[in-house]
Amino acid sequence: MAHISDAGVTKICEICDRYANEKTPLMMILSDIQNEYGYIPLDVQQIVSEKTGISVAEIYGVVTFYSFFSLEPKGKYVIGCCMGTACYVKGAQLVMDKFSEILGIAPGETTADGMFTIDALRCIGACGIAPAVTINGKVYPKLSVDQVPGIVAEYKALGGGN
Amino acid sequence: MKTFAELDAKICNCTEALQGKIKGADGTRAILLCGGTGCLSSNSMDIKAKFEKLIADNNMGDKVTCNIVGCFGFCSQGPFVKIFPEDTLYRLVQVEDVEEIFEKDIKNGEIVERLLYVEPLTGEKVAKQEDINFYKKQKRIALHGCGVINPEDINEAMGEGAFVGLKRALSMSQKEVIDEVLASGLRGRGGAGFPSGRKWSFAYANEADQKYVVCNGDEGDPGAFMDRSILEGNPFAVLEGMMIAGYAIGATEGYFYVRAEYPIAVARLKNAIKQMNEAGILGENIMGSGFSFQAHIRLGAGAFVCGEETALLNSIEGKRGMPRPRPPFPAVKGLWGKPTIVNNVETLACVPYILREGAEKFAECGTEKSKGTKVFALGGKVNNVGLVEIPMGTTLRELIYDIGGGIPNGKEFKAIQTGGPSGGCLTKEALDEPIDFDNLVAKGSMMGSGGAIVMDEDNCMVDVAKFYMEFICDESCGKCSPCRIGTKRMLEILTRITEGNGTMEDLEELEELGKTVKANSLCALGQTAANPIISTLTHFKDEYLAHIVDKKCPAKVCKKLIQYTIVQDQCFGCGMCAKACPVGCIQQTDYTAPGKKLKSYQIDASKCVKCGACLATCKFKAIIQK
Repeated sequence: MAHISDAGVTKICEICDRYANEKTPLMMILSDIQNEYGYIPLDVQQIVSEKTGISVAEIYGVVTFYSFFSLEPKGKYVIGCCMGTACYVKGAQLVMDKFSEILGIAPGETTADGMFTIDALRCIGACGIAPAVTINGKVYPKLSVDQVPGIVAEYKALGGGN
Repeated sequence: MKTFAELDAKICNCTEALQGKIKGADGTRAILLCGGTGCLSSNSMDIKAKFEKLIADNNMGDKVTCNIVGCFGFCSQGPFVKIFPEDTLYRLVQVEDVEEIFEKDIKNGEIVERLLYVEPLTGEKVAKQEDINFYKKQKRIALHGCGVINPEDINEAMGEGAFVGLKRALSMSQKEVIDEVLASGLRGRGGAGFPSGRKWSFAYANEADQKYVVCNGDEGDPGAFMDRSILEGNPFAVLEGMMIAGYAIGATEGYFYVRAEYPIAVARLKNAIKQMNEAGILGENIMGSGFSFQAHIRLGAGAFVCGEETALLNSIEGKRGMPRPRPPFPAVKGLWGKPTIVNNVETLACVPYILREGAEKFAECGTEKSKGTKVFALGGKVNNVGLVEIPMGTTLRELIYDIGGGIPNGKEFKAIQTGGPSGGCLTKEALDEPIDFDNLVAKGSMMGSGGAIVMDEDNCMVDVAKFYMEFICDESCGKCSPCRIGTKRMLEILTRITEGNGTMEDLEELEELGKTVKANSLCALGQTAANPIISTLTHFKDEYLAHIVDKKCPAKVCKKLIQYTIVQDQCFGCGMCAKACPVGCIQQTDYTAPGKKLKSYQIDASKCVKCGACLATCKFKAIIQK
């Protein structure tokens, strides 16, 4: 389990305090933590529990229910392949398979160097530009399998990782 | 603004300003750029920056304006640039094209022909939006203002009629507002089509110290983006609709539940709430009417089932998004145990129109039991992909061929899936059916929230059924065992069939399981889970049989059923395929085809893993799929 620094604890408490006046703030707190750190490990849930009085069991239940919340850290670049119907019928599966093949990981996994995570997304509502892929929020429209190696190389060149 | 008189004066000014902009008062011209998710990802912001630079460089700031508007709906042709007052529409515009548009059109009033839309059926170039077939049969009620106003500017919204309906509602009694909505015949646009006015009257009748309006923006149907585009294009209309609903039932608080996947929609909604608070349209004692209302936003976290209204309420309450048993219905016991109405984004977007123009005007179009219009996200194998709003009663043929421009690449239409994973597919026989809530159900599908995915001869219907079952199986919340286990078993059977291991008994079991899951699940997710299977089995049983009996996928989609073969007489014997084969199942034969120098190759089907590597490497098109 990751060790949490004092600064980290302060930040998590600050996030909890943002919603002190809300009736049921759990989802908002977890969303902010997920956005801030990219994942919500058990000891962070422990701090949220102490701060809000909601049991860890309940928080764990919520974290594991929603696909946006993750117990594990994600890669520096999260490749979100839209697998909505419009993208699927236009070959999104082939595009995602290509990312998997090049990076050697299955959807939902992260590369060992911590650079890339592949996520199969539900519809991102960009059906007019199907098949669509998002990488850290940037949308790549009308992707073909041939474009995939170039895109991966581009991000590899940016570097980062563990 | 503190009084209705002030509001009236403001609306009057804003209308004049917006009309002036559109009609080119004082000789000014306006450049509008589509700012929907699709166009933004295709660099429409860079296009805007380039126009702004050219305007500044040429000192034309007083003659030309440039701003982002909501979705034009015609997503496959984006990014768009529209120029007023001429109403010229340029499509597929790239940053490099900006200079030419500026030089020719903005400076000299010449149309840049090469950027005009070309009708796919006639090849004719069309300059004005209203003359394009895609738009001709549309009628914009829920999408009112989208593609015209700047969605981040309350003044432009007021120029397009915002808050006129709210003002009228606040001058009426709560009962009268509900009656007006009842008279309009508005039915819930989220899928089930429950009369909105009835829902409101239930919540109105329940006495409570606090009531809530919840806007369901958890648009989970994969392949649908109506709600996203409405929120991105005119968030003010949805907020106004929510306020009118709040006034009618006696609620002072409203919650938007929006998917976290829609960051632009959330940002514009936040901005709209802020601007309406600043203008005194949201807040305490609104314009002296005695009515107070505040709106809040909650984000989803990626769970399809939260589109179900009671699961959504649980999610707002910070719980796992699992449905609650009904009754009690939310109108009796909803958010935090208080009477609550949950309305879809599009439903609320229709409400201002009904109050502004009157129930009769709304009910002018539509069929006997389905009034008004419906927004569809037309996608898949159709020429004109995009967002369309059509009067109820429009036929599927008009939707797919007149508006959608037909099927691309001369392929044949096979089916259209409406209602997403809860709906079904409609085939050629249903093409002339008018679209309305009851008619689509009678034909074995449903209206759903508005996703409409067109499929052609290259789509395998068994694979499509499997795709939806995978989705449902993944998204089942797990509360009811028939849904949790039943969808898993159905997925296993479908997987078996697509891999060539299916049996005839599997088909019976699929039907049996489908009935069980339908009858024994708590919420609509489970109750409708088997619909895609039942409808593909009804219309495309031959495709299932081809997979099971002949072990073939007629559309050549199911990988494991594809046979790769080398046509001996076309093989040059270069051996590239043999090198590419990861399992070494391609060997040279003793045969040399007429006119070729080297001996041809052949594939050992028993060893082939169907990866397709050989097909991709062959330069002579000698390898075919069977």
